[in-house]
Amino acid sequence: MRKIIKDKAIVDDYWNVFKLTEGESPETVSVPAGQQIVPLQVWLTQKTTLSARKDIGVWLASHERPEQLREDITALPLIAVDFPAFSDGRGYSIAFNLRSRLGYDGEIRAIGDVLRDQLFYMQRVGFSAFATREDRSIEDALKGLTDFSDVYQTSWDQKTPLYRRASRPAAQDLP
Amino acid sequence: MYRYDQYDHQIVRERVAQFRSQVERRISGELTEDEFRPLRLQNGLYLQRHAYMLRVAIPYGLLSSTQMRKLGHIARKFDRGYGHFTTRQNIQYNWIELEQSADILAELASVEMHAIQTSGNCIRNITSDQFCGVAADELADPRPYIEILRQWSTFHPEFAYLPRKFKIAVNAAAEDRAAVQVHDIGLNLIKNDAGELGFQVLVGGGLGRTPIIGSVIREFLPWQHLLSYTEAIMRVYNQYGRRDNKYKARIKILVKALGVEEFARQVEAEWLDLKDSPSTISTEELARVTSYFTPPAYETLKDNDALLQQQRSEDKAFSNWLTRNVRPHKVPGYAIVTLSLKKTGTPPGDATAEQIDFVAELSDRYSFGELRVTHEQNLVLADVKQSDLLALYKEAKTHGLATANIGLLTDIICCPGGDFCSLANAKSIPIAEAIAERFDNVDFQHDIGDIELNISGCINACGHHHVGNIGILGVDKDGSEWYQVSIGGAQGNESAIGKIIGPSFAAGQMPEVIGRLLEVYVRERIEEELFIDTVNRVGINPFKDHVYATPIAGHTYQAGEDAYA
Repeated sequence: MRKIIKDKAIVDDYWNVFKLTEGESPETVSVPAGQQIVPLQVWLTQKTTLSARKDIGVWLASHERPEQLREDITALPLIAVDFPAFSDGRGYSIAFNLRSRLGYDGEIRAIGDVLRDQLFYMQRVGFSAFATREDRSIEDALKGLTDFSDVYQTSWDQKTPLYRRASRPAAQDLP
Repeated sequence: MYRYDQYDHQIVRERVAQFRSQVERRISGELTEDEFRPLRLQNGLYLQRHAYMLRVAIPYGLLSSTQMRKLGHIARKFDRGYGHFTTRQNIQYNWIELEQSADILAELASVEMHAIQTSGNCIRNITSDQFCGVAADELADPRPYIEILRQWSTFHPEFAYLPRKFKIAVNAAAEDRAAVQVHDIGLNLIKNDAGELGFQVLVGGGLGRTPIIGSVIREFLPWQHLLSYTEAIMRVYNQYGRRDNKYKARIKILVKALGVEEFARQVEAEWLDLKDSPSTISTEELARVTSYFTPPAYETLKDNDALLQQQRSEDKAFSNWLTRNVRPHKVPGYAIVTLSLKKTGTPPGDATAEQIDFVAELSDRYSFGELRVTHEQNLVLADVKQSDLLALYKEAKTHGLATANIGLLTDIICCPGGDFCSLANAKSIPIAEAIAERFDNVDFQHDIGDIELNISGCINACGHHHVGNIGILGVDKDGSEWYQVSIGGAQGNESAIGKIIGPSFAAGQMPEVIGRLLEVYVRERIEEELFIDTVNRVGINPFKDHVYATPIAGHTYQAGEDAYA
């Protein structure tokens, strides 16, 4: 059983990330039974049949727009965002927009090139689950969530900037 | 100056621990070099030709003497006894061991410094005018705003993996000394008609492969909205900036592709959602941060023109130094002193550990224990009593820091170039040195007057060659090093990108090329015209014609690796 990090804990994962293979088209591909995270284009073209199932999530490629899920946001238990390379930072804005602009409150899962040293930032922008790369220790990766104990600026996880939360000293009050 | 509170200390301490773990995982092989690279870059650690290079942030160029001494200590203990001040108000060490890098960060943290986001595809060290707070032409001190922006940008979770690096500069003076027009975001602190402070926002300026002057996307942004508006710009860029080609990934390319108006429209649309959010800067927070930038305890003095006049008449070299290296201060009886790091024979911007310590000492004795780093790669003592100038001059001279060449031909801006940098096509420091040697004559330089000579070893333009009145760019032709020359570039309020005069030159020809350009200037200039004015008036053709009129000796001169063979 594959493990993922979800809500800051290592848990078993029952979802399958469904990907098109060469020659398959989003319109006609048959989505297998069981919990499947399907590509956005598959969801958009087969929505009428897929939305009857309760075991379908959607994954977005880093160039795709979260707004395309605007109408479906309440129906989906899980939205995944793919990181083709960890250095592709578009997924951070996708997750932020899913939470803050589209009001999505289900699971947002980072998939693809997901590594320990990016997890702290990912959780801040709204990711709640991390399918970390399977060739690395997931126990180690978990440590990445706690690299910092405080932050300066707002994001999805923290709506109030540090200076409004903490009593920060002026120069004359500095010990 | 700004001091860390418990939160700043904690965040920087945790960064050191995080980086130490990353280095350990790299050394154990758990992290591949590809995975480690972006992590080390976000801590300013580059792998160069011979060793690692560490770039340390000097936010808005301001240092205390304690911090300066620490920089000297690091140069001695971890490097080969010197450091290199850069064009973005950082200091770089060129001979760093990976295994010691976390220890250096811990040393820096002990004096409230860091190397966070000095490299990598993230928001870099925010730069400003080296004369913040003391310049007579300043509207208000911009440093509190920059400090607020620095904290906001530090570990911003959404903008750590941008398409490309991102540089912000802030200016608050009539004369732009922060090069805001050639930054990804340039901010001009201004007042609107109602007398309220805010920022004129420029986006999409930059040098590198595609030099572009930034465009104004908002004429007036009330200061309270600085963070939310910046966030809007960053989010548009993070989503839509190109990632398929690193040479087309800067925000300037996105702004050009969309058009300024469309880009501005997208930013405004994004901002609608963020405006008045908790990120809005409150009056109290601005006042709190401003409390760290109160003026030092100036004595009540009068301007001391008579004394300076007398000292001038007794010592011509001191007089030259006053003319070039000393600027008026907004407080009577004080002056702003620039210590030149451009003494002929030393690489521009380099300082030895001994000089670093010495400048720290000078700042303690003459300038309230603070100093500044300029983007022209010099050092500034901002609060010197006029009556102390002669004594300071004499002391600075003993350590090679009183060259009277600020703004002159030998005040060359220069990147580390092919001697150190693995990106460079060509060496830059030897070119700067050859030119400096040829024109080392003080009277000649003073006659030529204000001129900016900028040298970059490659198209990445760290030496800002595009905006030099004379710009020199190292290029690679069939494996040998050549130099392309442009003229007419300018920084500041009248920023302009220089025009290339023609085919490139060998290293050995460069001093003569510069000599011929100056001959045309001397021949064509009228009245008080500066070099740049003459270029703008007569165009580049007279310069071009003269430079290429007859063959220039020196093309057999070997540069690059060959020179050392």
